[in-house]
Amino acid sequence: MAPELGQYALVLAILVAVVQAIVPQIGAYRRDAAWMGVAPVAARAQFLLVLFAFGCLMTSFIASDFSVVNVFENSHSLKPMIYKISGVWGNHEGSLLLWILILTLFGAAVAQFGQNLPPTLQARVLSVQAMIGVGFLAFILFTSNPFARLDPAPFEGAGLNPLLQDPALAIHPPFLYLGYVGLSVAFSFAVAALIEGRVDPAWARWVRPWTLAAWCCLTAGIALGSYWAYYELGWGGWWFWDPVENASFMPWLAATALLHSSIVVEKRDALKSWTVLLAILAFSLSLLGTFLVRSGVLNSVHAFASDPARGVFILAFLVFVVGGSLTLYAIRAPSLKGGGLFRPISREGTLVLNNLLLSTACFTVLLGTLYPLFLDAVAEEKVSVGPPYFNAVFVPLMTPLIAALAIGPMLAWKRGDLAGVMGRLKFVAAIAVLVGLGMAWYAWNVMPLAVLGFALVAWLSLGVFREWAERVRLFRWDIADSWRRATGLPRASYGMSVAHLGVALTVFGITASEAWQEEKQVFMRPGDVQTVSDFELTFVGAERLPGPNYSSLAGTFAVTRNGQPVTILQPEARTFTNPPMETTEAAIRTTLAGDLYTVVGEGDGQGGYAVRLYYKPMVIWIWLGTLAMMIGGMISLSDRRHRIGAPARKPAEAADTDRDSGALAAAGAGD
Amino acid sequence: MTDSAEQGGETPSRRRTRTGLLFALIPVAAFVVIGVFLFRGLSLDPSEIYSVLIDKPAPAFDLAPLPGKEHGLATSDLTQPVQLVNVFASWCVACRVEHPLLMELKRNGTVPIYGLNYKDQPQAALNWLRNFGDPYDRIGSDLNGRVGIDFGVYGVPETFIVNGEGIIVRKITGPITPQILQKELLPLIAEMQK
Repeated sequence: MAPELGQYALVLAILVAVVQAIVPQIGAYRRDAAWMGVAPVAARAQFLLVLFAFGCLMTSFIASDFSVVNVFENSHSLKPMIYKISGVWGNHEGSLLLWILILTLFGAAVAQFGQNLPPTLQARVLSVQAMIGVGFLAFILFTSNPFARLDPAPFEGAGLNPLLQDPALAIHPPFLYLGYVGLSVAFSFAVAALIEGRVDPAWARWVRPWTLAAWCCLTAGIALGSYWAYYELGWGGWWFWDPVENASFMPWLAATALLHSSIVVEKRDALKSWTVLLAILAFSLSLLGTFLVRSGVLNSVHAFASDPARGVFILAFLVFVVGGSLTLYAIRAPSLKGGGLFRPISREGTLVLNNLLLSTACFTVLLGTLYPLFLDAVAEEKVSVGPPYFNAVFVPLMTPLIAALAIGPMLAWKRGDLAGVMGRLKFVAAIAVLVGLGMAWYAWNVMPLAVLGFALVAWLSLGVFREWAERVRLFRWDIADSWRRATGLPRASYGMSVAHLGVALTVFGITASEAWQEEKQVFMRPGDVQTVSDFELTFVGAERLPGPNYSSLAGTFAVTRNGQPVTILQPEARTFTNPPMETTEAAIRTTLAGDLYTVVGEGDGQGGYAVRLYYKPMVIWIWLGTLAMMIGGMISLSDRRHRIGAPARKPAEAADTDRDSGALAAAGAGD
Repeated sequence: MTDSAEQGGETPSRRRTRTGLLFALIPVAAFVVIGVFLFRGLSLDPSEIYSVLIDKPAPAFDLAPLPGKEHGLATSDLTQPVQLVNVFASWCVACRVEHPLLMELKRNGTVPIYGLNYKDQPQAALNWLRNFGDPYDRIGSDLNGRVGIDFGVYGVPETFIVNGEGIIVRKITGPITPQILQKELLPLIAEMQK
């Protein structure tokens, strides 16, 4: 019964979405309040209907109702409850339903929290949001029905891909989709603004929290996926520049650029056309990612089972959404009035540099991802573009970005004093150079890039503190005054500092783990000892163990340091029979100083086992850094000016706080 | 893009609007190009790996048998109207996946299968064949992988379909699955045997 109800709910949802797409749009054109008023009601109704459908599918999974094809193919009655639930989105149809659920959730949220928006803008935003909804609901109803039945119903399910039975991967897709789909709000705002023909600081202020929320979720989703790859795939790597990883990284780069350029729109009423374009591109890249993952166009370990009919559908939808919005942009953007002028050396100037570098990075990732497809289509040649390309292009792009990251926040809006800022950063610069020289002496023969990496880390992290110290006048006034200033700083300012510090931590983790990683691939017999870093690993032995639905080869290492026992590590290699698949369960000892990472492999038939042992210094900082970026985003999101909504509602307060909040009033005053 | 007041006629601001339009057209033009390639990509299979050897004669080789076996494998043995040359190794997990299908082909006498034992310990290979069964009519031991290189072996297992003139007709990369067997291999063999 539940599956049928779910399907009816989806059919109703698409009807509501069609109404929501058309009626408010006409209402906004005719300034008809009643017609515009349809939008928030329809948005909430659409969300409730999809939520109901999602609940129906989840019920079928929890009850292990194998008469539903999707449950049969992706679940098993013996699976732990968390994987029964995560099985709902561990497949194409269910994940699409989750995608739509989140899309309608954001629509309902715009209806709820956007009550202070101008009515025409809100109506148009929700109408655009509903158009996207119609596309995806049609996609699920016509090509990917999650509620299809099987007759007769099998007794047992086929089971979920063993690689996906993992806690991090259970929550990774929801975060990723919150990020992808959250960008749809920025997109809808951009298209609505193009239809209205008006982009102003108020618009940027409304878009920013949505972008920020989506960006936080996307950051979390990517970090979780990367951490999963690190411990589950057993290669010790954490980023492979795989097409599907790139598919999530491109929207992230675009969203990061958008976050920064929307600040310029908000504070200085400039870069408007560019910001609108970024908002369109960020969501377009999310859609492109969806297309790449689900159409079978590119090869990837993460790709869903592909189906050409689905590919054609998504491509048609892509052409409609991306092609349509970019055409609208081409027509309307030239008439958007430019705002405040600024010098190249200014806060805006560094934000433009940030945008140039981030969008270039985004473009190089796009090029690297699609290049195999281009070449295959043109020259019928198969190539794969891998880490050498991406690493070669990323280091030169990220270096100036990070260098500018410490300077930008200290420059004034409109016309900055670079010499003055450099003067205040001279100690930071001196320490960064010292760190670089120290590293050159210590690590030049290991990895010359480490010199650059650590110098940048020192420069950025100290620069962040220097900027904070500057704001609270830490070294100039008395402590009580500094404390008053520190507590009075807007949260957005703290959010920025924490996020930028996160960048430094991630670069630190990457540099250290790449430079001083130790790796051994050896055959070990019971009793053999290998030394990795300053750990001695004694191979105790390996045995075959039966698991619930796999057989496992479990190895045991006793780890000591200077003769003192540290820990026991038990990596496993699991062979699943149905579906036939091998997974490695690396055993990792994680500390802030470094990870000891062990993998056990096939035996040689004479008592020896192929093992891989790694020591990865500071590797955990990569993810701690992304966590800091996400927390920074959340702190910024909690800033009161996002909650108040309308700009300049409390001019007295804006004038009281520092230049950050006051800039808008200042800009309004005509500087 | 322009915020100066309109002064009528062909003003700089009018001209700037036109440049603005050109710039604004770049994204949609880029998207059209990408869209065309994505559409083309739908009809391509990224996992299909081209072999330069298709429709070319099999490379010349002459391999010794595994110890204790009577026949080795050489180019001159490829004389049947159709035969499979299957690259396998005892260390290769995926070979075990396709192995039952090869045994089935052997039992039904569908087609002669020749094994190219790639970079393998002869003794390990013999154990493997004893444990799981031997589907091969002839096996050449390619100890150092030299012949594998001539065949352009990309990963084990690989299967080459060779016709009566010793020409490679098709290549299957990776294990033969029941689907490949039913949909591609058996029809192709039937046609070639006609």
